Amino acid sequence: MSLEDLYREVILDHYRNPRNKGHLDHPDSVAEGVNPLCGDEITIELRFDGEVVAAIAVAGQGCSISQSSASMMSEAIKGKTRAEIETMTRQFRDMMSLDGEADIGIDPERPGAVLGDLEALQGVRKYPVRIKCASLGWNVLLDALGGDGAHS
Amino acid sequence: MTDLSHLKADFPVLSNGVHFLDSAASSQKPIPVLEAMDHFARTSYANVHRGAYKLSVAATDAYEAARRRVARFIGATDEREVIFTRGATTSLNTVAFGWGQQNLNPGDRIISTEIEHHANLVPWQMVAKRTGAVLDHVPMTDDFRLDLDAYEAKLGPDVKVVAVTGMSNVLGTMPPVRRIADLAHSHGARVVVDAAQLVPHSTIDVNDLGADFLAFSSHKMLGPTGIGVLWGRMDALEETEPFEGGGEMISDVTLFDATWADIPHRFEAGTPPIVEAVGLHAAIDYLDSIGMDQVLRHDRELTEIALDRLGDVPGIHIQGPRELEDRGGVISMSMDGVHAHDLATILDEGGVAVRAGHHCAKPLMRRIGVAATARASFYVYNTEEDIDALVNGLRRAGDLFGVGS
Repeated sequence: MSLEDLYREVILDHYRNPRNKGHLDHPDSVAEGVNPLCGDEITIELRFDGEVVAAIAVAGQGCSISQSSASMMSEAIKGKTRAEIETMTRQFRDMMSLDGEADIGIDPERPGAVLGDLEALQGVRKYPVRIKCASLGWNVLLDALGGDGAHS
Repeated sequence: MTDLSHLKADFPVLSNGVHFLDSAASSQKPIPVLEAMDHFARTSYANVHRGAYKLSVAATDAYEAARRRVARFIGATDEREVIFTRGATTSLNTVAFGWGQQNLNPGDRIISTEIEHHANLVPWQMVAKRTGAVLDHVPMTDDFRLDLDAYEAKLGPDVKVVAVTGMSNVLGTMPPVRRIADLAHSHGARVVVDAAQLVPHSTIDVNDLGADFLAFSSHKMLGPTGIGVLWGRMDALEETEPFEGGGEMISDVTLFDATWADIPHRFEAGTPPIVEAVGLHAAIDYLDSIGMDQVLRHDRELTEIALDRLGDVPGIHIQGPRELEDRGGVISMSMDGVHAHDLATILDEGGVAVRAGHHCAKPLMRRIGVAATARASFYVYNTEEDIDALVNGLRRAGDLFGVGS
């Protein structure tokens, strides 16, 4: 495991050029979260069309892992239903799980087939103190969706 | 150059080659400290101040010897002015709640500063809310010093206490405590100094310093966690009520009332950190065997080298004074385009341990205009090689993130 595996180009790209950055005009739901230990901040705004997340905006500041994770997540969940997002959230958590037992079927031959760009974050698992950085945006998303278990 | 490189072998944690640059958070312990605690725990341990048996007498003697040693180390003329606490934070809370809550009235003013650690800020916020006193802050200048003109302008008869750091844990700035104290005293205010960073790194004489209360921790000066010191001038301690009640701190207790033991014991409720006091004693012996003037000189020399070499790293900004005068061995930095946590992870891959974050000084971070910094801090066991590793790691971070390209 090397630093180049942690800081993959796609992560640095999302860090430098965060997608869906900013605020929505009339969000249906807003949630914010901070990591009080390190000061990372993320705010997520959602607009729904029935069960589908029609629009998402992400604001905040923090390290490359927290901000790129939120950026990639925003791309991944836009246009998805609540049920689909729940599945992705579970897959992301499994990918971040320390024990590495949960295999979500990431295939080096078919990169991105399961979680898209987010698969680039799998290297974070080898840096346990940074898992909370990668997870912050997802926890805020769960708050914004009004789901339970927002704080894993 | 002050060569202390022979000391590194005294610190077992450092034997794996880690470049430990986080002593401002907590320092490592040398073998004499570990052995003193181990020996005491194996041969002389018992509770203090209550047993009639020989073991308890021996433990009490060791505990009180540590108090005398601390008094001598900081130039206190009366060992009763040395109170053992759980750490600098508890020491500062003892002053805020024990002295502040007793002596502050609605409309009185508390002056703190923009550069304080949360430990010398939040307790005063709490006491201000409880007493109706008003909290005010000395601003920082753009060159990371306290604005003493603004401070003087804030002073007046309603100012009852001035709470200031002896050395910033973020900037390394060492404010002129004596001058601040003299000005405060001319208005009748008490002076509380957070010396958690100051005492481990310089020669302290509490009578020269001019403070009324001084707080510091053992674990930042080569000693164990779990013990710290509150030194108070005797007349200031006499104005202070115990902040915690319990065993050891009483003279007599009925079902409805109690009277206090003498100073310092009235401020040491419950079983104190006894083994830790022995460890702190050994840490002070170790530091004095080096000489605190040497310690400060060594820290400053490393700081000078580091500031010089960091200036050549693309994208690096030093958040603290560039000149060495009135400055300790703490260097906070930020890098364009690379967050402090990423810096810390990349440095860690090169075996360099630094702290990244807000350093328990969020108001100061807002004033500086950054959410987090990476902080390197030096102590007796650090060498130029540690700075080489730091600089190499920062260059690597810059390369990975494409800084300057």
